[in-house]
Amino acid sequence: MDVDSSLIRCEDLSFGYDGRRVIRNLNFSINKGDYLAIVGENGSGKTTLLKGLLNLIKPLSGHVIIGQGLEYKNIGYLPQQTQVQRGFPANVKEVVLSGRLNRTAFIPRYSKQDRQAAKKQMERMSILDLSQTSYRDLSGGQQQRVLLARALCAADRMMVMDEPASGLDPLVSHELYSLIRELNQKDQMTIIIVSHDIHCVLKDASHVLHLKGEQIFYGKREDYINSEHSYLLDGHTECIAPKDCRRG
Amino acid sequence: MPSFIVDFFKYDFLVRALLVGLMVSLSASLLGVSLVLKRYSMIGDGLSHVGFGSLAIATALGASPLIITIPVVILAAFLLLRISESGNIRGDAAIAMISTGSMAIGVLFISVTTGVNTDIFNYMFGSILSMSEGDLVLSLILSAIVLILYSLFYHKIFAVTFDENFARATGVNAGAYNSLLAVLSAITIVLGMRVMGALLISSLIIFPALTAMRLMKSFRSVAITAAVVSCLCFLTGLFSSYALALPTGATIVCVNILAFLLFSAVAALKSNLAGRSFKEQS
Repeated sequence: MDVDSSLIRCEDLSFGYDGRRVIRNLNFSINKGDYLAIVGENGSGKTTLLKGLLNLIKPLSGHVIIGQGLEYKNIGYLPQQTQVQRGFPANVKEVVLSGRLNRTAFIPRYSKQDRQAAKKQMERMSILDLSQTSYRDLSGGQQQRVLLARALCAADRMMVMDEPASGLDPLVSHELYSLIRELNQKDQMTIIIVSHDIHCVLKDASHVLHLKGEQIFYGKREDYINSEHSYLLDGHTECIAPKDCRRG
Repeated sequence: MPSFIVDFFKYDFLVRALLVGLMVSLSASLLGVSLVLKRYSMIGDGLSHVGFGSLAIATALGASPLIITIPVVILAAFLLLRISESGNIRGDAAIAMISTGSMAIGVLFISVTTGVNTDIFNYMFGSILSMSEGDLVLSLILSAIVLILYSLFYHKIFAVTFDENFARATGVNAGAYNSLLAVLSAITIVLGMRVMGALLISSLIIFPALTAMRLMKSFRSVAITAAVVSCLCFLTGLFSSYALALPTGATIVCVNILAFLLFSAVAALKSNLAGRSFKEQS
């Protein structure tokens, strides 16, 4: 793999809180158009790694090297939802528009361009008709679409997602995973995703990073499935194709 | 116009209380929307108790109450914010400890120096007589600053309130905006404490936001409604306390309770009607 072509390269990276190492020994790189699935059991350091990649926490050692002209403002983020958000009194338009905040001046005002960009992403996520609806009145799947539209407003080169389908029913999860696949395949967006639906993400992923306090596997999807590390696949139910669970 | 309202404007101290109270109600309600949504309501309550302590000490030392109290409460705001942000489970206990501790120190200080007198009562439950000419000017300037900063950085305050992690990831300095919220709240609480009382001031932060959230669906409409509700409740409370010779702070809080109940009732009615029409449709 040509090292210079990577968008993000991690070298001997480790992260932790209060001096305690949560995850270490990370060496991998992400290229343009990759779909990287980060898998591992609870507490294996997946969310910590994402926060580290986004520069929200500083590494205890090692480096995150950003290349190819990628900047943090090009990276969209779909964080895990918090309890505070689910009941939040804001309408869809306000939330999506806030994705454009990183393009505004120090004293922020949204321009016509910002509003059009927000509208475009709402259309793309088929939530334009909900733009005046309160976020707290939406279903879980709709809320995720809103947050995805917001992340797309913020960035168009790379998307980092933390358990995007948690709490969604299987049908809605499938819709979400197809949306993500489309972003990756049609729009050439680089995807980094943490997910428990390991069968679902492995269908679309190009690369897999398996964590267990440290990096125990990094490589192409096919190599992962044939490796001894793919034991996580055993305990989970198969990914049901959308056509099998379509209603009616 | 009723004659008691005409009489009202003949008294300078009443007009001072009216002006400061309106500005404080406005600032408190706007800040309150973010504080309530971020689960920081207890910080507001804690700050008012710290304010009581330092107000008592300032008075006992014969110093200007606002000039000593504002910096102390701003410091306390940073401290309480850190405690809440650390995610420590004992955060709420630490806040309760700091607030009751400051109350106790304030009471002791007063009883050793000037002795327990009406001052303590006034600090706890507010007094409409407490505003001097100098306080008025300082209060008006500070609350104008609060309102200007809030409206300039409204979009960032929204982003940090809704999703701090996302805001941080897209380059908003979330820590700075949390601090801004804390400092503005500290100033607002100290200014409002004189009229409302240390025990009652946090109601101005919490009630209007919760009332507006019963009915409103967007952040902007919640903020605007909270501001309007807060000012109306303040005016109604101030005039009725004057007309009926009731304690001002307590009357204003009771008007806020009524507004909250009214909005809750309308919200319940609306969802009931919506449920019924849904049933008829299906």
